[in-house]
Amino acid sequence: MTGDTLTAIVEVADAKVSFGAVKALDGVTLAIMPGECVGVVGHNGAGKSTIVSVINGGLTPHQGNISSDGERLARYGIGVARARGVRCVFQELSLCPNLTVIENTRILHRHLGGFGWRKRARKVIERSLDLVFPGHGIESDRSVGELSIAERQMVEIAMAFSDAGVAPRLVILDEPTSSLDAGLAEQMLGYVRRFVDAGGSVIFISHILNEILTTASRIVVMKDGRIVADRRSIDWTEHSLVESMGSVAKGEANRRAVRDLAGAPVVVEQIGPGLPFRAKRGEVVGLAGLAGHGQTRMLMKLHAAETSDWLARREATVAFVAGDRRLNGVFELWSILKNFSIGSLGDLTNRGVVDVAAEMERATDWKRRIDIRTQDLANRILSLSGGNQQKVLFARALSTRAPVVLMDDPMRGVDVGTKQEVYEIIRQQAASGRTFVWYSTEMEEVCLCDRVYVFRDGAIVAELEGDAVTEGNILAVSFRGAAA
Amino acid sequence: MRLTYSAEAVRLAVPALSLTVLLAAVFWLQPRAMSYVGLNLLFNLAVPIALATIAQMLIMAVNDLDLSMGTFVSFVACVAATFLRDTPLLGTLILAGVVGVYAAIGIVIHLRNLPSIVVSLGMSFVWAGLAVLLLPAPGGQPPDWVRALMTAKPPFAPMAIIASIVIALVAHLLVMRSSLGVLIRGVGGNERSVERAGWSVLAARAAAYGLAGVFAVLAGIALVGLTTSADANIALRYTLLSIAGVILGGGEFIGGRVSPIGAVIGALTLTLAGSFLSFLRISPDWQIGAQGAILIIVLALRLLLARIEKREKAR
Repeated sequence: MTGDTLTAIVEVADAKVSFGAVKALDGVTLAIMPGECVGVVGHNGAGKSTIVSVINGGLTPHQGNISSDGERLARYGIGVARARGVRCVFQELSLCPNLTVIENTRILHRHLGGFGWRKRARKVIERSLDLVFPGHGIESDRSVGELSIAERQMVEIAMAFSDAGVAPRLVILDEPTSSLDAGLAEQMLGYVRRFVDAGGSVIFISHILNEILTTASRIVVMKDGRIVADRRSIDWTEHSLVESMGSVAKGEANRRAVRDLAGAPVVVEQIGPGLPFRAKRGEVVGLAGLAGHGQTRMLMKLHAAETSDWLARREATVAFVAGDRRLNGVFELWSILKNFSIGSLGDLTNRGVVDVAAEMERATDWKRRIDIRTQDLANRILSLSGGNQQKVLFARALSTRAPVVLMDDPMRGVDVGTKQEVYEIIRQQAASGRTFVWYSTEMEEVCLCDRVYVFRDGAIVAELEGDAVTEGNILAVSFRGAAA
Repeated sequence: MRLTYSAEAVRLAVPALSLTVLLAAVFWLQPRAMSYVGLNLLFNLAVPIALATIAQMLIMAVNDLDLSMGTFVSFVACVAATFLRDTPLLGTLILAGVVGVYAAIGIVIHLRNLPSIVVSLGMSFVWAGLAVLLLPAPGGQPPDWVRALMTAKPPFAPMAIIASIVIALVAHLLVMRSSLGVLIRGVGGNERSVERAGWSVLAARAAAYGLAGVFAVLAGIALVGLTTSADANIALRYTLLSIAGVILGGGEFIGGRVSPIGAVIGALTLTLAGSFLSFLRISPDWQIGAQGAILIIVLALRLLLARIEKREKAR
């Protein structure tokens, strides 16, 4: 290895980042040498995207420092990173859809300006597209919004590798092949290898372990904001990667007793690509897999199938607990009471007028049952902590008479104590015959479910039941190609 | 692939088509309009509207909306009919100053993350008040050179047509071809990606607002040149006309999708719709409603085409 004599292109030392109570990075040290491709793997929330943001300058770590080419940089930001040849392909597509490919190139390369920039930009992007994806067939004067998802991703990748003045030295690829088919992915991986052989560096994040194993020269495994393993890729196998990503027997203590639900009637059903989805009365069904692989879409479909577009049904059949509180959960300007009762106003209404006494009575009852910590239900919802706001949303859904409750990763950013309380409520409610469909990004919660569907690429690829619901099994299915 | 290509073409084709249809209808109703003088009369008032529409389009390109366009153009008209004629230097300074104010509004909106609708609605009262202070009663006179420019009779084509073409070309170069235009539209399309590439979104927004101020100032001056006197309420309709013009011309409220040529065509269409209804002898009481109906028909047409295209794409 020549790594000792070279200096790192970017070196992050002891970086710590926290968002509220969540530690996204908990002391990460990572050095990227010239001429190496570092693969980064880890489950949801392991900190992969956070370390990427730190390296590309989009996020300043709350602690720790960053150095580049042997000098320590006090002020590291997007501008500095770009000037040093750090480029990034983001997980979500980040081109301007209203601009043409050429114009997007102009936006990315600040120094391309001046008379005749269109010609120069066209040359830059077409050269790069031809190099990475020979025979791509993308006309560079079309607007990005007209391109297919795969073509957009190709443009974005080619854009990161394009050279207009400042040559790319470290390219970060965050799930770059997610919308490419096998042939295009192979073209791209081939180019990555050539780029690395020529002395460039790549950070490569993917959930397809096979790609990482064949492309990366070194693989780093992240878990809970820390790097837990760092070895040369020839020392890894798919199996050992999956194993080191998981944690040992965590959450097993919370395991519920296996219940016999064979005789229970099916209450919701959804046939889509992959395995069919079925949930029985009184069952807690988990939706697992990597974030963004179709779980939320499944919940939306289930919700849409049970509700009408035009008129609300008198008897609600499903209730929804939103994960993103700010976006589609709470009414920020309303009181706790109003936030709670909005879901069951039909029951509380008498001849078109809300029965204030009944509303208060029911809210007080639920406040006691799930212990919402407030002096007065008339207080604004935002006066509560995040965990308690979430409890109000739970109470909203549970106080309806809906037999099915859909939950879209509702425990994001909730403290441990509240979680345990909510788990207990769910357990009780399930025992009394309610059905829960629970999408969660946290392994511990998934392991609480009676049955788990694992999603990959928008479809259900596996169904695990009872004792088979383990972290190892879920990881193995989520990451393609691993010991299935 | 050929089909997706037509998406952008459709965007421009619908306004061009509606203008042609309206023009044909007008000629059929009133063949005498098919002349140098007739065309000039038909499109005369379109010039200031086209300029205001371009100004509104620049604001809409960065996902904002300017509700003070009408009162601002009125204010500029008042300045042009008083200061610009009597003390050209002071008049020029005032106009340059208000362009600066426009850029500053853009900066404030960006820094404080304010809704542009609210800020510009507030500013509309400021401009209206200033205009009334300047000209409490209708009056004033345009500078002679403005009058001369707006009433010039170039050979081959009337002034109104030539001016519209020049406005469309200049705006196209500025917004569609230049780096600055790309940057402004980029902010509308995906602000974060522009920021990640290391640009100052603040500067881009300020530039968009400043440029909008320049075009709005030109609109006010052109208007005075045509009407020969100014009034504090002279251009109140321009707020809605300019927004309608942008939308009619294929622009969108968000996403940085704008078309300068389309916007000018949209402004021409709106002006022509008024004349068309007069030729039909529809009473002025109904004209505004009928004008709205024309707008709805054109927009419905565009929506329909977009929907067909989407269905084809999904297949």
